Amino acid sequence: MDGVKELLILLVGSSLVSNVVLSQFLGLCPFLGVSKKVKTAAGMGTAVIFVITLASAVAGVIHQYILVRLNIAYLDTIVFILVIAALVQFVEMFLKKAMPSLYEALGVYLPLITTNCAVLGVALTNVQREYGILQGVVNGFATALGFTVAIVILAGLREKMEYNDIPQSFRGMPTVLLTAGLMAIAFCGFSGLL
Amino acid sequence: MNRAGERLYNGIVKENPTFVLMLGMCPTLAVTAYAVNGLGMGLATTVVLALSNLIISLLRGVIPNRIRIPAFIVIIASFVTVIQLLLQAYLPSLNKALGVYIPLIVVNCIILGRAESYAYGNPPVPSLFDGLGMGLGFTAALTCIGAVREILAQGSLFGYDIMPEGYITINIFGVAPGAFFVLAALTALQNYVRIVGKRKGREYRKLQSGCSEDCMNCSDTGCARRFYDNGSGQTAGSDGTALSVTDLDEEDR
Repeated sequence: MDGVKELLILLVGSSLVSNVVLSQFLGLCPFLGVSKKVKTAAGMGTAVIFVITLASAVAGVIHQYILVRLNIAYLDTIVFILVIAALVQFVEMFLKKAMPSLYEALGVYLPLITTNCAVLGVALTNVQREYGILQGVVNGFATALGFTVAIVILAGLREKMEYNDIPQSFRGMPTVLLTAGLMAIAFCGFSGLL
Repeated sequence: MNRAGERLYNGIVKENPTFVLMLGMCPTLAVTAYAVNGLGMGLATTVVLALSNLIISLLRGVIPNRIRIPAFIVIIASFVTVIQLLLQAYLPSLNKALGVYIPLIVVNCIILGRAESYAYGNPPVPSLFDGLGMGLGFTAALTCIGAVREILAQGSLFGYDIMPEGYITINIFGVAPGAFFVLAALTALQNYVRIVGKRKGREYRKLQSGCSEDCMNCSDTGCARRFYDNGSGQTAGSDGTALSVTDLDEEDR
């Protein structure tokens, strides 16, 4: 089962070793903006997993069966950003109508994800590395999982730090960025995994 | 022509997108391990920003208000594709170093922010210079950050060794965590300047970033929401009762 092994390596690699926020700096805005509480961070993470997995599947299909067939693969960037934006809006409408409980849990976060560079970044990386559709979906899921792990950990740390006595200039974002930097050092440790 | 000069000054100094507005943080962190990468990324963004501002300003009477954001994105994405193809053809080494961040110029909030807050409501020439100014400000900032990181991590600048023999390099600044530390120092400095300024009675009104907030708070009121803004000021699909993430945070308390 070589294929399965390869996918597992991809899963670990994309989620932990080259973590999307901490080593590639994609999706930094929600990472810093929506990480005040563990609960909201987890909600955001779930929504990101949902959207990125779906978007990498759709982008993979469009790339392989439409753009490559028509020999217009250079239009990737334009097509992907529009497809992702439309997809997120469609998912939002669909969830609202069909699964109100899920919509209640994720709905708030969905609009925030549209211009999230991680979604477009994953779709483009999949194309650049010439992944097939299955590999692309696994890569998307793993990337989003890595994002969720990172944002939940950061939110936990921020909850603990809320009442600390911090020099005035370092209050707010500077401290969060320092924390993210320390987390990035910790995540460097995963590079021994593969 | 005076207005053009004013736009240039505004972009490079007064409302510098990186140092003052704190926009476009993803590329700022990702490509600044070397000064030359920062310079390349900055110039690529400048070209896209200036040209898309020009075209959007020319088309401002044609683009309907309701679908302006998707229209902006198509224009921006087209220019990004052009730049990407040009880099692939003429500067393959830079293209390789910047990798996926070149196509990701599309989602750089500086560009959408300028289109929304300036180009869509102003004549072409000032818009072009507004884009140029903002782009050059971004380039200057990325090159500065890149230079600091390169000197600390490699002891060199633009590839030339400049530090004395005995200099011990601090490798961490060349990799991911160092980028966070540099940005943390930068935001702390910005906070400090604001605190001192406030004490002296200076006022920091909301600057005209178009994103309505800086990158760190972009998620709630920023461009992410604007994508759905169809003129009614409400998120599409929400019927006026939509919760924002901030509301959720408040609820927990």
